Parts: sequence; structure tokens; C-alpha cells
Amino acid sequence: MTEGTAKKFMFVNRTAPYGTAYALESLEVVLISAAFDQDVSLVFIDDGVFQLKKGQQTKGIETKNFSPTYRALEGYDVEKLYVDQESLVARGLTEADLIVDVTVLPSRELGALMDEQDVVLSF
Amino acid sequence: MLHIVNKSPLERNSLAACLRIAGSGTILLIEDAVYGAIRGTTVEAAVKEALVRFRIVALQPDLDARAVADRVIEGVGTVDYAGFVDLVAEHRNCQSWL
Repeated sequence: MTEGTAKKFMFVNRTAPYGTAYALESLEVVLISAAFDQDVSLVFIDDGVFQLKKGQQTKGIETKNFSPTYRALEGYDVEKLYVDQESLVARGLTEADLIVDVTVLPSRELGALMDEQDVVLSF
Repeated sequence: MLHIVNKSPLERNSLAACLRIAGSGTILLIEDAVYGAIRGTTVEAAVKEALVRFRIVALQPDLDARAVADRVIEGVGTVDYAGFVDLVAEHRNCQSWL
């Protein structure tokens, strides 16, 4: 019923999870946009790919481990998760290291997706 | 699409990421990113190469503040604050490479 007003929102994540608050803040805004039935996609580039690393244990740094939230996104109809292939490779990671299913794309294909968006938000 | 970069390319990879991901459009260099608009740096070659696919402009007040307005790479344009606003209005969407 809100299809006519849905905009394409892309969240660009380029920072590692715990050194700054960007990753957590991004997740919060993602959930808010999903609640408003927008067409949401997430992109992970550069150190942003570390947000999706499996097996995060944050007890020792006394910080909330928000990585399970990425697995809950599906329940909010947020299913478009894209990862920059070059960023993964540069960090010694493969898709098997990630906590959720993602679409791994070459850099320029991510750029083309970005061009299609109505709103792009950077974290 | 308008790509806005505000970090020095000599310190951070924001401009490099932008050049890798984006295929075309306009790149606006502001704040410390204007160091990417000048001759003689280690990123000059990459910026010159990018001029083939992008229109690249730097914010004049930021060049002036850093005393580098006299060494802008040929082919890189400059805009003032009003020009900044025009660029945003001209493009359908924009991405800030933080």
C-alpha cells in the first residue's frame, strides 16, 4: 500500500564495527527505514566488511555485540546486502567468513547500483 | 551522481574507494580532500586518469585556506559555495565518501 511512495535507500558502510559508533548507528537507521517500508539495501566496502565477520565476541571490551542483528534484517524485509569483492579479498576474507548471506560484487557493479538510488547514506 | 569527498587522499582511502567503486559522474573535493586536486602529490596520476571518466571540481575556499589554489591540476575545475549548491541541485543523487 505504500509502494507508490517507497524510495530506494542505500546504506554505505565503510568502517569497522567497534572502533567508532558508525556501524551501530547505520544499523539503527536501516531498521528505521525498513519500518517505513522503504526499498533498503546495504553495501559493505573497505573496513565495513569486518562488520559482517562471523564469531564476534565483545564481552572483553564491554560493548554490545550487534552482529547478530544483521541476521535479523531478513525479518524486516531487508534482504539486499552487497559486499565489495575487492575489500573482502584485501582483508583475507571469503563469503564463508560472513555472518549472513550476501551478494559479492565487483566494485564497479556496486557503483552502478549506487547510481540507481534515490537516497544514499554514508557511515 | 555527485560524489563528495572530504578527506585528504594522502591520509585516507576515501578518494581511492570512490574512484574504484564509481564509474562516472562528478567528484567534488572539499575540506582536506582538496589536496587531491593539486599537482605533485602521489595521487596526482590517479586523479588525472580519473578525469577521463569524471568531472572533478574542488571547492575554492578550501583551496585558498590551504594556500594551494595556484597548483590545481589542469582539467580539475573549481567552485565556490554557490557552485557547490548548484552541483547538488544538478545531480539526481549524491554520495559522501566520509
